[in-house]
Order: sequence, then structure tokens, then C-alpha cells
Amino acid sequence: MWRYIFKRLLSGIITIWFIATATFFAMHFVPGDPLSDARAATPEIRKNLQIKYGLDRPLSTQYFLYLRNMARGDFGISFTQQNRRVNDIIRAHFPVSALLGVIALFIAVVGAVVWGAVSAHFRQRWPDHLIMLVVICAVSMPSFVIAALLQWLLLALDRYFGVSLLPVAGWGSWQHVLLPAWVLGLSTMAYMTRLLRANLLEVAQADYLRTARAKGLTPTRIFFRHHLRNALLPVITVLGPAIAAITTGGFVVELMFAIPGLGRYFVEAVQQLDYTVIMGTTVFYGAFLVLMVLLVDILYGFVDPRIRVGHSR
Amino acid sequence: MNNSQQFSPELFEPASVRESLEGAAQPAAPFWSAVLRRLRRDVRAVFSLLIIVLLLLAALFGPLLWRVDPAQQILGAAAQGSMAAQRALLIRSSEFTPLIEISDNALLSAAQLSAPTQLQILEATTERVTLRWQPVRGAYRYDIYRNTHQPATRADLGLPLGFTTQRGQISFSDGLQLRQRNYFYSVVASDGIASNDRFTTLAVTPQAGIGWLEAQLQRLIPADADPTQLHLDSVMLPAHPLGTDHLGRDMLARLLQGARVSLLIAVSAALLYVGFGLAYGAVAGFAGGAVDHWMMRFADFIVALPFLLFMILLRISFGIGPGESGVLPLVIALVILSWPAAARLVRGQVLQLREEPYVDAARLAGASSAYIIVRHLLPNMLGVILVALTFAIPNAIFIEAFLSFIGMGVSPPATSWGAMSNDGVQNLMVHPAELLWPAACISITVLAFNLFGDALRDALDIKGNE
Repeated sequence: MWRYIFKRLLSGIITIWFIATATFFAMHFVPGDPLSDARAATPEIRKNLQIKYGLDRPLSTQYFLYLRNMARGDFGISFTQQNRRVNDIIRAHFPVSALLGVIALFIAVVGAVVWGAVSAHFRQRWPDHLIMLVVICAVSMPSFVIAALLQWLLLALDRYFGVSLLPVAGWGSWQHVLLPAWVLGLSTMAYMTRLLRANLLEVAQADYLRTARAKGLTPTRIFFRHHLRNALLPVITVLGPAIAAITTGGFVVELMFAIPGLGRYFVEAVQQLDYTVIMGTTVFYGAFLVLMVLLVDILYGFVDPRIRVGHSR
Repeated sequence: MNNSQQFSPELFEPASVRESLEGAAQPAAPFWSAVLRRLRRDVRAVFSLLIIVLLLLAALFGPLLWRVDPAQQILGAAAQGSMAAQRALLIRSSEFTPLIEISDNALLSAAQLSAPTQLQILEATTERVTLRWQPVRGAYRYDIYRNTHQPATRADLGLPLGFTTQRGQISFSDGLQLRQRNYFYSVVASDGIASNDRFTTLAVTPQAGIGWLEAQLQRLIPADADPTQLHLDSVMLPAHPLGTDHLGRDMLARLLQGARVSLLIAVSAALLYVGFGLAYGAVAGFAGGAVDHWMMRFADFIVALPFLLFMILLRISFGIGPGESGVLPLVIALVILSWPAAARLVRGQVLQLREEPYVDAARLAGASSAYIIVRHLLPNMLGVILVALTFAIPNAIFIEAFLSFIGMGVSPPATSWGAMSNDGVQNLMVHPAELLWPAACISITVLAFNLFGDALRDALDIKGNE
């Protein structure tokens, strides 16, 4: 097991290095000059700015300095807000995104278990058909459409019936979190519901369930201890992609609901071509996702020993 | 031992590839006809395929049939609902000469004034509504208001349009964003400081009207037409079956143009990345060993890149800044980042299929690797690849919509459903139809492809590895 974790950790570090390198060179090949705007009015100012951002050095030196700083966890200084370090920006905005993401993931998993179980229980009857229809509709609508429709609905409720259920946008109280988190988790919930339904139906054929029934266990106990538990196993493998989907899905949801998260900040940085923020955020997100996938894999290795045997050959 | 059979030496010659494989590699026709039969019976498949075909036809031929310029703005008809073609009066001159009727009465204070009488319409088009009334004795000027409902009290007169500017002016012209609906104009007499409490209201429904310059811009009349020469009182305004957007552009024309862009990006990107993934995965799986290991390790790296961030990053590094359009770079970025999933899928299939006895048999019979891949592996993987392709298209549509939505995809003058949604969200509270149409297009398209993919997977009896 330790050997497996060590190997996975090593490949995770290499992957992060790859992401950092790809980011560096992708940004380096951006045509034009990051200092071409009005700030670099005179050659002297330009020279000083180049020195400040290390752009006067050879490319290889820039690259190694960049890698060294990244390894130290230093992402540099923002191009547009010159007194703000990228680290401070991440520290200020990431917790918001993380909170939103965790709640979205929680909603997604709980919802998937409930709907998947209902759907599998009523297999090929109308509740199943209905849930599957909602699922396929949910994965077919972009999140900004769902968000916009819900906001419109909330406003219409408020305007015509005087009912204000939830705040339409913003950040601050727990009511502000509910709607964006639900929108963010919806497609993941739909996807997992489908997966869980398929797993539940597959496990339903297993011999150990017949044994459990033959022993005379109560249906509740059979369902929770034997049926659901085994059907949940493969769901863990899609947690990695689900976290990735929720993380990047956060961009749009944060924009739509005016949430001061890192995703919204990234989109703004891109629109202002703030090089260091774009690079820092990309590497940060990349490393975060690699770590999450790693954690999920290790977790799965603990839960299902077959995986680590398969990997260590 | 008493074998009477004669062996001739030519029996031991190696068989030619053609002779030995002709029978073994028959195209599996019964399989595909069974798949087709199952698809035809599946309501989902028939329904979704119909939608897909209709969408493709609309994207291909729609802009040829509906020849309205999607970039043309009709400012007089911004953010409108469905509109039929209609006649509009041609308004030649934008000048307005107010009616003056000087009375030599002494001015009175506000409280002593009465309400104007005989309020009447001189002209009422969406270009201009002109009213006149009888002078009020002792009035210094008149205040004019407009509302969309019958005002009940003095405070309910609505939008203050302004007041008469000349002494004795008894007419007023309003050209402020007039639509074809009911307006209630109220006129109040004033002493210049305060106004009287009594008002006179007149209901007005403007007719469609169009200014001379606007008609020229829309090419409804020749650009070099002379107002004194051209004897034309009205022109036909084009219909807008789905209404117009906030800039007065025809929604149907834009949706059709957006369909072209969205579907072009989605279909070409999906074909390219599944194609590349297919080649990559087939080579890796067939080569096996260290080649396979390193090829798949590289694919793993690409998978680990945060997808949307790198879409944006690649776009910038292609030299396309925010707010600039780049259909080709979008496709390239999509292909660069999306192929590993298809490659993994194909590699898994190849690894599985190459252990099949018929592959061994083919190899024993002297078939080359290329022959085996094309003749045995590809036909057997075709189902999986088709399903992957069907799911790749909605995925690409989603990504395009997402990027255009945050302003990093298709930008004006080109448009796509995602870019239209972005515009629609900005105007959601005022004109929700502007979001609903493109959003419905995206959702229906993605739904159709998803349904078809599901049906295809069931028909092919591929175990869902969702």
C-alpha cells in the first residue's frame, strides 16, 4: 500500500511539473508584450517594469526562476494590481470557491444516492422513467441557463407574488450558498444518479444479496449494508472527475451569482490579460485537481484492494 | 499407413492473403442490420435523429432561405417579440414645426389655470407622435406626460416627456422609443414654476412608421433616393418571427447563423479529436510494451491539465485576446485537450480485441498489422467509436457555449448560441426571450445527441462504462 501511495505521489508531482511547464510556455508564446499598455510609457519605465517582473532575463533563467518560485509556493505579483501578490489573491478567493464546491459536491452525492435508489427501486416504472428524463435534461442544459432561469423565477415570484425565497445573487449568508451550490452540483448529481442506478441494478443480481435475503435480514439492512454499500464503490472513482467538473463549473456559477470566488477572479484576470494571475491560478488549480484525484485514488485503494494490486504490477 | 492420398508440393505453398482471408473477414452485415432494426424500433433514436437531421438542415440551408442579415440593427424595433411583416409609413422629415397661437391674455398663476381641451392627434407613428390642443387662458407653458395605462391621479401621469418651449406653443412631438402599443398622453397647463392639478389625457396607439434615413439604412428605399422625387408613402418592414434582440437584430437570422458556428465547431472538433484519439489509441494498444506505456503516460498528463483553464490559456497563446473571435483556434484547442479520452477508450478496445482468436488466426495466415487493424480491429470497434463520437459532439457544444458565455469563445460580428446566451443573460430581466431561444437551441441539440448516443449504445449492446 505504501509503495502504491509513493508511486502515485511521485507521478502526481511529475504531473504538476508538466502542468506548470505547459502553462509557462503557453503563456510565453502569447503574441505581443505583457508590458505593451500605457503603463510602460517611456523606455525607462518599461525597463524597470521588465526588471520587476524578471522579463529582462533569458527564457531559460525565467523558466527556472518560475519553477523555483512555484516550488516554494510563490506565484508572483499581479500585473494589473501591482501591489497584490497572487498568493494573497488565491488566499482571499479560493476559500469561497472551496466552500461552494464542497457544498455542491455534498448536495450532488446525497441527491444522487436518493434519486438513484428511488430510480432503481421502481425500475422500468414511471418514477424511474421520470427521474431518468430529468437526469438527461439536467445534463443537457448548460449551467448558466439553469442559473438564469432560476434567478428569473425567483425574481418573478418576488415581483408577482411577493414571495422572496432565496437571494438572487451575492454572498454572505447561508441562503446565498444554497442556489449556486445546487446549480453547480446539478450535472454531477445527474451523472452520479445514473451511475448509481446502473450499479444498484447490477449489484441486485449478486449472490450475496440472495444469501442476505435467505438469512432473513430486514430489507432496510440488506439495502444499506449490502446493496447500497457495494453499489457506491464505483461512485468513488468518479469523484475525481466530479471535483474537476465542480471546480471549473464554478467559473460560470460564480459569475452568474456574483460570488467573489477564485473562478470569477480568474475569468476577470483573463479578460484583463493579467499574466501572473492567469499562470498562478492555472497551476494552483492544476495542482489542486491532481491532489484531489490522488486522494480519491488512495481512498479507493483502501476501500477496494483489487485496485492497488492491479496498479503495482 | 495405407494412405492412398497423393500430396502435391503446391499444397504446401503459403496461401495468398486474398485467398485465406476472404472468408474469415466477411463484413458482419447481420450485426449492423440488427443494430439498425433495434434503432428503428427505439422511439428515442428515431425522435432524436429526426431533431439532429432537422438541426443540420436548418444550419445548412436556413441562412439561404431566411435571407435577413443577422448583423443588421433595426434600432426602432429592439428587444421585440414576434413580429409579422407590416406596412410602415415613411416619415420624410424629422423636423417639427410647433403650432403657435399667441393669445394676449395676461398670465395666471398655476392654481387659476384650467385643463387643456380638445387634445387631438396630429400624427401617430412609432417615429413620432404629435399632439395639439386648444390654448388655455393665461397659461405660460404646458407639461406633457406619457404613461402606459390610463392615469387616475395627477401623480400617476407617468413619464415626464418635457414641456413646450415657445410662448404660445400648443403642440408637442414625442419620439422617445415608441412601440406599437397603447400610450396615454396627458397635458397639464403650467405657469412656468408650478403646474395645475387638472390634466387632459388622450389614448394614442402609434402606427408603424419609419424615418427616411432609417429606411435607407435598411435598404427599404434606394440609398440615393431624393425625398422630393420618390413618391412612396409607406414601405414594408420585414417580419421577425422570433422577434429581435436588444440591438434590434433579427433573432431567427442570428439563431441560424449561430447554429452554423456552434455545429461547425462541435462536429469538426468532435470528428478531429475522436479521429486523432482513435489513431493514437490504436497505435499504443497494438504496439504494447514500453511504447504503449509512454504514450498513455503522455495522455495522462494531458488529462491532468485543468481543462477549461487550458482552453482559455491556449486561446490566448494563439494570439486571440478576450472579445476576439476565433473559431479555428477554438477547434484546435478542443482537439489538443480532448483526444486522450478517445485514445484511452480505443486502446482498451484494442488490448481486448487483439487477444481474440480471429486476430491470431489472421496473423498466422500472414496478415500484416495494418491489415489486422483495418480489417479486424476497426470494424469491431466501430460501435464504441460511434458512441464516443455521438457523445463528443454535445460535449463540444457545451464547451463552446461555456467559453462564448464567459466571453472567451465566439465574439461579434460572428455569433454562436453560447455568445447569444451571453447577450441574453445581460438582458434577462428586460427581454427573457433573448436568452430562451439560444438556450433552448443548445439544450435541444445536446439532448438530441445524448438521447441518440444512449439509444445507439443500447442498440449496440455496449455495456455502459459511464
